[in-house]
Amino acid sequence: MIIPRVPVQHRRLLPDRRLSGPTPWVIAILMMLTLLAAAAGVGLARSANAIGAAIAGRVTVQIVTANPVTRAEQAAALRRAAAAQPFVLSARSVEPEELQATLGQWFGAAEGDDPVLKSLPLPALVDIDFVGEDRTGPMRQLQALVAREAPGARIIPHAEWLGPVARLIRSLAWIAGGMVVLMTLASAAVVIMTARAALGTHYTTIEMLHMIGATDRQITRLFQRRIAIDTAYGIALGTVVAAAILLLIGLQWSGVTAGLAATASLGPAGWALLLALPLLAIALAALTARQTLLAALKKIL
Amino acid sequence: MTDASPARPGGAMVEFDGVGLRYGPDAEVLSDISFNLQPGSFYFLTGASGAGKTSLLKMLYLAQRPSRGIVRLFGEDLVAMPRHRLPGFRRRIGVVFQDFRLIPHLSARDNIALPLRIAGVSEEDLSGPVGEMLSWIGLGDRADARPATLSGGEQQRVAIARAVIARPQLLVADEPTGNVDPEMAMRLLGLFEALNRLGTTVVVATHDIHLISRIENAQMMRLEKGRLSDPTGALRYPPANRA
Repeated sequence: MIIPRVPVQHRRLLPDRRLSGPTPWVIAILMMLTLLAAAAGVGLARSANAIGAAIAGRVTVQIVTANPVTRAEQAAALRRAAAAQPFVLSARSVEPEELQATLGQWFGAAEGDDPVLKSLPLPALVDIDFVGEDRTGPMRQLQALVAREAPGARIIPHAEWLGPVARLIRSLAWIAGGMVVLMTLASAAVVIMTARAALGTHYTTIEMLHMIGATDRQITRLFQRRIAIDTAYGIALGTVVAAAILLLIGLQWSGVTAGLAATASLGPAGWALLLALPLLAIALAALTARQTLLAALKKIL
Repeated sequence: MTDASPARPGGAMVEFDGVGLRYGPDAEVLSDISFNLQPGSFYFLTGASGAGKTSLLKMLYLAQRPSRGIVRLFGEDLVAMPRHRLPGFRRRIGVVFQDFRLIPHLSARDNIALPLRIAGVSEEDLSGPVGEMLSWIGLGDRADARPATLSGGEQQRVAIARAVIARPQLLVADEPTGNVDPEMAMRLLGLFEALNRLGTTVVVATHDIHLISRIENAQMMRLEKGRLSDPTGALRYPPANRA
């Protein structure tokens, strides 16, 4: 049992609030940081996975033929031919208006209506998604198709330019995971120190309990209960603060709907993990306290 | 082996045979200790400060294992006994300390009830014996008092009540009258004597030679520089044949 049942009369063997002190507060801070790191890790991992999945089998064919009419015809022909291939999942021509709107953000022209922007010789782009995850075979077939339908066009695999970003995000997720592990270890260390300090503070009581025939289990349950309750208070406080911070970030995040930001959500599994962490932390604290106490008591006859 | 009371092979409650005790790498604080304690007897353990009385008592109440030799308690070898079996034996032994060792945040009633609670006696079943014990030690009206509000004599009576509430077979007292006035010392000794009459084996470590003279038929053991001398009771004071 995480918080062992101890008869009321036995609970009085430990004076009230002697163990409290800074422990619940330190645990609260560690728990809050652990949850924030875990949330960041889950969000980043999901982003990296989403980006990875999106770019793994996607290429953009860039057609730079000088004649705009020929360029448009080549793009349309390539899109039709690609869509008919069994190795292609989907093929989509990027409309010139879409390109101008994207570039307009950089040129400072709203809706891409800038005359200078309109005068630019923009390439025709065709986005192609492959079937499955194997890119080698489809890429060779696509190269042949492009050579036939739009000679001189460039094939740009998305993994080439978004891959480093995905790898960076994945690294950050691992770092966040590492921080969760480190903070969990720090929390366990706090519990161990608390248990040892409690044993030191109450050594005479423990000695007396031993002498009148108390078993290690009886003494351990007494301290384990108190430490588990203290840490549970800290964990609850840390969880509430972390939840408030995550909700605030979530509200701000919901306004960012484009680009990479749109992929960073926690998902049901992520939320389940965040909800499970405080319970796991209480269980870990109780187990750590129990093992520390039993090990210490074994040194006394 | 020498007996502290007339030998009754196989019937001893406590048997020490060639026991030695050392702390760490230092020289032995107790050497070649051999004696038997018979059920229902009363023993005084005397000796100068540092002679090893407390160390010997620690082995008696199972707070210390010997470095060598054989210790049998209630017929079982305690030297090789696994640690998890010790609590069961400790529940058969009551211990009284010179410094009382009451739990300061518990009332007199809760301090006395402690051994019964540890033994798993229900609140319903322990209230009667605890009340009787409080009356017996004359503290029926101070049941809810914390130790800090009790006098030295009252604290020692609570400590004695705690030691005997579970009806131990062996009562060990380490200088129980060291912190009380002579009148209270006599009253406490009367409590020990009453318990002994009820069949409890009593071992009292003391410096007080006058105390020893008050108990008829008590046996005396003397420790000198870690060795037990006169375990036969020949040095009993006053002499056994006194008028």
